[in-house]
Amino acid sequence: MSEAVPLKIYYRIFSALMVLTAITVGIAFVDLGYLNTFVAVSIAVLKATLVLLFFMHVKYSNRLIWVFASAGFIWFIIMVAFTMSDYVGRTWVEAPIPLP
Amino acid sequence: MSTSSESKHPALADHFIDLKQQYDSAQLGMWSFLLTEVMMFGGLFMCYIVARSQFLEAFVDASHHLSIGLGGFNTIVLIVSSLTMAMAVHSASEGHQKKTFKFLLGTLFLGAVFLGVKYIEYSAKIEHNNIPGDNFEWHGVANPANVELFFGLYFVMTGLHAAHMIIGGGLLIWLMVLNHKGRFSKEFSTPVELVGLYWHFVDIVWIFLFPLLYLIGRHSA
Amino acid sequence: MSNDTSSPKVNYLNNDYSIKSWLLTVDHKRIAILYLIAISFFFLVGGLMAVLFRFELATPQGDLVSAETYNKLFTMHGMVMVFFFLIPSVPAVLGNFLLPLMIGAKDVAFPRLNLASWYIYMLGGTLTIFAAISGGIDTGWTFYTPYSSTYANTAVVTAGIAVFITGFSSILTGLNFLVTIHKLRAPGLTWSRLPLFVWAHYATSIIMLLGTPVLAITVALLAVERGLGFGIFDPNLGGDPVLFQHLFWFYSHPAVYIMILPSMGVISEIVAAFCRKRVFGYTFVAASSLAIAVIGFFVWGHHLFLSSQSVFAGMVFSFLSYIVAVPSAIKVFNWTATMFRGSISWETPMLYVLGFIGLFSIGGLTGLFLANLAVDVHLHDTYFVVAHFHYVMVGGVIMGYMGGLHYYWPKITGRMYNEFWAKISFLLIFVGFNLTFLPQFVLGQLGMPRRYYFYDAEWQTLNVLSSAGASVLGIGYLLPVIYFLYSLKNGKIASQNPWGAKGLEWEVADTPPDPHNFHEIPVVTEEAYAYAKEAH
Repeated sequence: MSEAVPLKIYYRIFSALMVLTAITVGIAFVDLGYLNTFVAVSIAVLKATLVLLFFMHVKYSNRLIWVFASAGFIWFIIMVAFTMSDYVGRTWVEAPIPLP
Repeated sequence: MSTSSESKHPALADHFIDLKQQYDSAQLGMWSFLLTEVMMFGGLFMCYIVARSQFLEAFVDASHHLSIGLGGFNTIVLIVSSLTMAMAVHSASEGHQKKTFKFLLGTLFLGAVFLGVKYIEYSAKIEHNNIPGDNFEWHGVANPANVELFFGLYFVMTGLHAAHMIIGGGLLIWLMVLNHKGRFSKEFSTPVELVGLYWHFVDIVWIFLFPLLYLIGRHSA
Repeated sequence: MSNDTSSPKVNYLNNDYSIKSWLLTVDHKRIAILYLIAISFFFLVGGLMAVLFRFELATPQGDLVSAETYNKLFTMHGMVMVFFFLIPSVPAVLGNFLLPLMIGAKDVAFPRLNLASWYIYMLGGTLTIFAAISGGIDTGWTFYTPYSSTYANTAVVTAGIAVFITGFSSILTGLNFLVTIHKLRAPGLTWSRLPLFVWAHYATSIIMLLGTPVLAITVALLAVERGLGFGIFDPNLGGDPVLFQHLFWFYSHPAVYIMILPSMGVISEIVAAFCRKRVFGYTFVAASSLAIAVIGFFVWGHHLFLSSQSVFAGMVFSFLSYIVAVPSAIKVFNWTATMFRGSISWETPMLYVLGFIGLFSIGGLTGLFLANLAVDVHLHDTYFVVAHFHYVMVGGVIMGYMGGLHYYWPKITGRMYNEFWAKISFLLIFVGFNLTFLPQFVLGQLGMPRRYYFYDAEWQTLNVLSSAGASVLGIGYLLPVIYFLYSLKNGKIASQNPWGAKGLEWEVADTPPDPHNFHEIPVVTEEAYAYAKEAH
């Protein structure tokens, strides 16, 4: 029903995903310090975005689908951000009186 | 909004005005469902983040005992299956019944391969008593309790993912039956497209699971 | 669009009488009735438990039931009321019935999923009853770890699975509403013309979709942890019980807005109809629903002020909890402003509006006390909290639900209820409710903790007041069952539009509606609540 995506694009995205998988495995063996996690997650996000945009046709869909496709990820980030504000923030502010 | 005076399409339900409205609703419904899926896996990733931020050392140690070979192989299998699924959606929307069948079968086969490999991995873990619980054993360097936590997350996350794969397999079989009955055409191939969305989503989950479970601190090995 | 009633028309109630036509129906109106029956049953169950432990609390010592039974009673009361009554109450009954009618659609977008949602609800409900019988559950409805995961000797896993399952019925309802509102609106019904009831349900659906899955996975993890010892919430393995609270309240605080938002939608409808005025500040009321839905997700940490949450997070959550009061206040002010210079008529639904505004205001404002970090140290887990959320849940949600039920009863059944008894019942509910829960504010401030079996003898007077109020409240809720059921056979036949209200559901759809809702798809040409022209 949605406009057909040229098959050429599917093959390209597929190749990109394969290459990115190889990169993510390869780079895991290089010591980048705390950047390792950052790189791994970034590549995963990139791969997921490619799948979303092309295999799942979001790029060719209307704005509403864009909103729905991104809302879940935004809400997940909200959940993580606020929860981590507890775990990370435990050393930031001292309680004036020790809590029970 | 066209008032359909021409004969009604067999796939059009009573309460929709036309196929376009029905298709739009189905598509939005599927995306809404995927939204809930993101949040459901999101809860697990939340647990993962909290635990990993505290016990990185144990997570590294445990991660080294997962097989990159098998995990990586499965990643490739899933990406290929995503391609075949996309091709199935494409073929169905072009009305190519035979091609659709081939690609659906291919996707199903790759899904089965994935689950087979998962089975091999799980058996190895069971053999080494790496299942959290009373019999848990760990001979690595890190604190066994925290490693147990990692494996708890590992099994719940990959388990939920595998459950989604199994459901996806069922959906593929259902599509193959519909396809066999000749239900899909240029005008109507919504079910294939929706299952496609679902399948790609499950692939996305694995795209995150693979580096987060298998590739932690590999350079320090 | 005229409807002169002549001979008995075919409607959704009389087109087929067989049991199969009810149990396998995909008609949203019939599913609403199925939900109404099921929900009323669970309300009765939850209410009976409340009556039982209120009797127990009439004396400081334990005499009526054992301490274990008492724990199981208040847990079941909370669980049944929250998951099986409050959350589905307005959306699944009134929302299901009215949403397609209000937007000029033949049905919801996915009728079969709608029916599935009812069956899933019933499955979850049956499991809950089963859990209650097979050992009960004594963790409190919040299932806090590590008590629930490690120490409790009750049917936690069964109850957890029940909640998990029921969550999906809620998700399906939300998904259905969201798609229906987006895709099935009648021609001309733009977003700025939507009734506020629809806006409220739209906001509710968003929360249902984004929040419920997190609860589902959380109770699933709890069951896995308890059954198999996976350790995610177990401190022995480095797991964290506080993480459970984070995940639990990530859903369960927004769930409060799942309960209250639809009721607010009902109030908007009634207040316009009975003041003969367009709702004042329509745009703000609509937008405040969305604001509540969104900001409601940022405040869950105020349940964790005393759970070793970081002080930093506490400050953030405290601030945001104050912010979320703003959109609720906007609604209350706008309803009040709607009444100003309206030609108000005082039938029962309007009384419920007044009840809602008054009681919800008290509930909301006492919430601000609890959002304050320092004050919460004193009030946390006392009866003050109990009174606060009952003012919102009972004083708010159930007032709106009852108001809506009275307002739409003629639409649903084609019969009028007895106005006199309805007013008596409202009076009993209002008085009984305040008698039950006002003393609890005092008790909490004096330091009486919630969920305790014994209490200090000096608090008995207030507790007796509260228990007495609960009996009045109980009678108040039983009356509608009687006069509603009586009206089904003996009530006056309702005219097409007994309240003279605006909206597709009153003006265009038959009373009771046709099986297909509309004879032809309506075209909307005016804004919602276009009363103004006649009123002035």
